[in-house]
Amino acid sequence: MKKTIALILTIALAAVSCAVFTSCSGYEGEINVYNWGDYIADGSDDNLDTIAKFEEEYNIKVNYTTYETNEELYSILSSSNSQYDVIFPSDYMVEKLIKEDRLQKLNRDNIPNSKNVVEKFKKMSYDPNYEYTVPYSWNVTGLVYNKNMVGDKKPDSWTYLWDKDFRGKILQFNNSRDAYAIAMQLCGVNPETYTKSDIDKATKKLKEQKPLLKKYVMDQVFNEMEKNQSAIAPYYAGDVFTMMDNNEDLVGVLPKEGSNLFVDNMCIPKNAQNVSGAEKFIDFMTRVDVSAANSEYITYASPVKGAREKSYKELRESELVYPSDEYLEKCYTFRDVDKDVYTYMQEQFVKLMS
Amino acid sequence: MRLKKPSIPYIAWMVIFTILPIALILYYAFTDDRGAFGFQAFINAFGYTGVFLKSLWIAFISTLICLVLAYPIGYFMSRQKKSVQNVLTMLFMIPMWMNFLLRIYAWMTLLQNDGPIDTMLSLLGIHTTLIGNQGAVILGMVYEYLPFMILPLYTVMSKIDTRLIEAAEDLGCNRLLVMRKVVLPLSIPGIISGVTMVFVPTASTFLVAQYLGGTDDLMIGDVIDKIFWSDHNTGSAIALVLMVAILIFLIILNLFGDEEAIAA
Repeated sequence: MKKTIALILTIALAAVSCAVFTSCSGYEGEINVYNWGDYIADGSDDNLDTIAKFEEEYNIKVNYTTYETNEELYSILSSSNSQYDVIFPSDYMVEKLIKEDRLQKLNRDNIPNSKNVVEKFKKMSYDPNYEYTVPYSWNVTGLVYNKNMVGDKKPDSWTYLWDKDFRGKILQFNNSRDAYAIAMQLCGVNPETYTKSDIDKATKKLKEQKPLLKKYVMDQVFNEMEKNQSAIAPYYAGDVFTMMDNNEDLVGVLPKEGSNLFVDNMCIPKNAQNVSGAEKFIDFMTRVDVSAANSEYITYASPVKGAREKSYKELRESELVYPSDEYLEKCYTFRDVDKDVYTYMQEQFVKLMS
Repeated sequence: MRLKKPSIPYIAWMVIFTILPIALILYYAFTDDRGAFGFQAFINAFGYTGVFLKSLWIAFISTLICLVLAYPIGYFMSRQKKSVQNVLTMLFMIPMWMNFLLRIYAWMTLLQNDGPIDTMLSLLGIHTTLIGNQGAVILGMVYEYLPFMILPLYTVMSKIDTRLIEAAEDLGCNRLLVMRKVVLPLSIPGIISGVTMVFVPTASTFLVAQYLGGTDDLMIGDVIDKIFWSDHNTGSAIALVLMVAILIFLIILNLFGDEEAIAA
């Protein structure tokens, strides 16, 4: 009896897997896309499933995989033979990949929508002549605090992350670049270009903060803030927008010193297999309606002209998602730093935390 | 030793997933980022001695608590009727069917301020922070790995012949003496495999401390994770030192086991 059941199950499994594999063969081609985790509208909550829509319109299969950090992306690109057709590196990582000759120059005629992006993203420091990138999404870092846990104070500056009154209820980034950028701003160091001695100054500043901290966090910040576990935290402003939606006691602010403007871009690696498929994909993702859908899903700003106006009211009017141009004047964008400087910063950060 | 054909897949598996990765770790640990031979990576790795020792300490305490908790449970289970034994084994296994990270999330919710446990304690007049300290990390580890201690102990103990216990009792042993003279020596192999299965993963685990610990509770597994992305060489050196430390621990443990087995 048991044997019969096992046999039936085996046959069923084999049949299902045949069905799965053969169903893919209707496509005309395929592309390998490597994006950040949870960073594209996927059809949940009535939004557009942008990948499915692309596959349907162009009849190209998308093999979609994700990563969590720029460093992970770099490690995969540089130390394996994996072939991706579209990748989504951030600003400083674009600069590094261009320097190392790992990206292709794009043919704008095949990506006509890429001409329709906000002008400032065509002259970013990492790609000044707008040759290698199409911006996908952008945002800044900001502050979130719980108005019931800060007394009469109205935090509007990074210095509140060092406020002794909030001892044990402060969070900090568990990510060396973001944590050090904040400390560097307060030490008068430019977070775009820094040296080892600048890092030492910032380390000192972070050491002063450590006894006041509850935790170093990344994704856990949502739980900490939404469930009233912590009073104040720095995080990406678009995510602060989401947190405020889930807990009305939370207030999001852009620190008056300015903060980090980050841009995630679509690029085609040198060893891409299906360049024309990649161009179609990038063009599709830069269409106004598609970009608006993605922006609504990830709650970061869209760089595509007209996408903001197409988004829902709360999003398009939020200063956290779309900071004003005056505010962006005060912001900085990460640059690629020497490997040994970055390694040093990472090492100091791990030692700080341990 | 002659190789038989059926062993080829296993040998291939071992070469690809055990030998090669270890060779790569060795290569990275003994070179710098230009590929030149040297010991710089180990010198860097010494910067993390404090975390290293703390991780071994946390692993040791967690293993000890698991052993103390699991030993009576294992014994109790092994003395039940076969059907009851199966049910009990199931009950200990079921939580393990869930992803380990989800179970850690559950503990975060349980332990957080104004969470269920905190609320109950507050009603009793105890005001304390349950999460974000070393105690919470150890609790998480014990919870995660307790089944790995219980199962080998239970398996070994259920093989102990009841007649041996009865004989000891007939010859005048009280319950304590039965435990010491009969059950304990015969369960040594279970203790050894349990300790191995708990100590090794707890010493090298990551994420648990990041979720349940505070600002000071990073473990060596987390350090390797963080360092490796920016510096393969130092990351590999730390991993190698950890592997050697665990190896030494296992050798000592097994020596101890053999002696006990002979003495018994």
